[in-house]
Amino acid sequence: MSTAALDVEGAVERALERHRTRPGALLPLLHDVQHELGFIPPESVDAIARGLNLSRAEVHGVITYYTHFRQHAPAAHAVQLCQAEACQSMGAEALAAHAQSRLGCAMNSATDDGRFSLEPVYCLGLCASSPSMMIGERVYARVTPQRFDQLIGALEPGKAR
Amino acid sequence: MSAVATVYVPRDSSARAVGADEVADAIAAEAKRRGLPLRIVRNGSRGLAWLEPLVECAAASGRIGFGPVQPQDVAALFDAGFPDPAALHPLSIGPVEQLPYLKSQQRLTFARIGLTDPVSVEDYVGHEGFAGLRRALQMQPEAIVNEVTASGLRGRGGAAFPTGIKWQTAMRAAATPKYVVCNADEGDSGSFADRLVMESDPLVLIEGMTIAGLAVGAEMGYIYVRSEYPDSVHTLEEAMQAARAAGYLGDNILASGRRFDLEVRVGAGSYVCGEETAMLESLEGRRGIVRAKPPLPAINGLFGQPTAINNVVTLASVPIILARGASFYKDFGVGRSRGTLTVQLAGNVRHGGLIEVAFGVTLRQVLDNWGGGTASGRAVRAIQVGGPLGTYVPPSHWDIPLDYEAYAKFGGVVGHGSVVVHDDTVNLAKMARFAMHFCALESCGKCTPCRIGAVRGEEVIDKIIAGQDTERQITLLRDLCDTMVSGSLCAMGGMTPFPVLSALNHYPEDFQKGSDHASRRNPQKPAAVA
Repeated sequence: MSTAALDVEGAVERALERHRTRPGALLPLLHDVQHELGFIPPESVDAIARGLNLSRAEVHGVITYYTHFRQHAPAAHAVQLCQAEACQSMGAEALAAHAQSRLGCAMNSATDDGRFSLEPVYCLGLCASSPSMMIGERVYARVTPQRFDQLIGALEPGKAR
Repeated sequence: MSAVATVYVPRDSSARAVGADEVADAIAAEAKRRGLPLRIVRNGSRGLAWLEPLVECAAASGRIGFGPVQPQDVAALFDAGFPDPAALHPLSIGPVEQLPYLKSQQRLTFARIGLTDPVSVEDYVGHEGFAGLRRALQMQPEAIVNEVTASGLRGRGGAAFPTGIKWQTAMRAAATPKYVVCNADEGDSGSFADRLVMESDPLVLIEGMTIAGLAVGAEMGYIYVRSEYPDSVHTLEEAMQAARAAGYLGDNILASGRRFDLEVRVGAGSYVCGEETAMLESLEGRRGIVRAKPPLPAINGLFGQPTAINNVVTLASVPIILARGASFYKDFGVGRSRGTLTVQLAGNVRHGGLIEVAFGVTLRQVLDNWGGGTASGRAVRAIQVGGPLGTYVPPSHWDIPLDYEAYAKFGGVVGHGSVVVHDDTVNLAKMARFAMHFCALESCGKCTPCRIGAVRGEEVIDKIIAGQDTERQITLLRDLCDTMVSGSLCAMGGMTPFPVLSALNHYPEDFQKGSDHASRRNPQKPAAVA
């Protein structure tokens, strides 16, 4: 998806409409923009800053500080594997190695077709059912390499969801 | 049995993550196919993680459970007589409340989880809900604060600061408006009690925050939830709407003329925002950079106003204290650790889940009475208590009661009560390195000991593992840890040395060159049997 096809201006305007008068509006506003566009395009910073009476540096600083906010269009399916202690005790590292070879991309990168991205995450609160992961906003626990393959397989082109 | 059978399938993410939605769909489809009328309630989770998805049937004698159920089990369950609670199937676990795992607990804060539909006010009220708020509405703010102080409740997020004292400071502050902020940025690996409250009994948090508002004189509260918990956000929003519609939140709570309302704010993937001052920065729309204290947030907190900041479990413990009285709550526990601890048993363990018991239980009791051994079937080697900033507790310390002071005495932290079990394939030098690595990733960067120390710590541990000048590097590592403990602004840098030093002190053999427990003991490549 190219940025040109996105209604960046409209997305920012709608988010400002909802949040402009709230105290501490920046994070809720950025969440809304990202929710609508999939990421926060750099060209939106100026309008956000003006709308909230902040400097561009303040807005840029917040976007880049928080790992949840993306500055680039995301993959169709963001896969996040928990790599924190509880999941490590249940083989999270081996699962990460499996995931990288299954998807053919390294941690913190995306597949060539832009279908999947792979990132570590530090805790999904499913520590009694480790290892866990998230695809988009859905969480999965007790993830074995086989279950990982099934879940990914169902999201590949030509497969019914 | 009534004409329409009631079946419970949890909606908590710990159940959804292992297929609860698909199981609920399969049950509905199978019932339709067989022409059986059926009511499916999406309840909360009981916190028995290994049994999820735990499906329950209502019976005259209580609830009868089946678990863990997968969609492909559903037809066979119906063949065995399900949803008749008398159905016998290999997944039958009998009356759920008679399970030793549950029966041996003292569930006060978590009394309702799994029993109720989390977003049903009617269900909540039917299970002692809002009794505490009704009593608080009849009381003066000082009396509410005194009740909480007398209960001995201390911050369950990890710092264990007396809740009543914090509230008193905010109550006495002259400036208005005041705020109540709930810290629901549960980022610590191993902890999931906050998530369980928000997804399985969110109304108890709403009630606790409303009581806090009455006590300190705040009319607005914020719940700061991490972005990694989308299910919590949705369930909270639903519960808040239901509470508002029923008059428990809003401009005129239960026609008392008192006002209190809530807003959920979503974090954005920063661990350090679980630190209260970084969280305030984030709520105000800035980067989550830690503030120096003083000023105390209770006096000068959110938007510069007096703010009572409490963790989810702390606030969720308030309603029962108000409903049953301080002495009821205080009668549980040991020493200065009063009430119940929510042990979150996690990691490499067969029966992981939530165990709410009076303070004073030991790790060995937790393992023996609830854990059921490791998931891998191997021996337990190390247990990290209190999250990523807690110490690795060796077997010699497993008989020490889980009590804030008893743990502090040996340099450990009970924290929020998370207990992460590692089997004998764990390499503690690697875990120590991870602690530094995580600190380097998540440090907010404001203070030097944390920002630089974590990076240097990782490098030094790498040298130790590689056997480069080991003795001197260990001295350097201890010195660095000392600087971080004494010189950091918050717990991120100040406590990262805890897991590192405990690993070094109790498992020194893992720091020797060539000591690779992971490969020596790897279950996939077992060493030849002696």
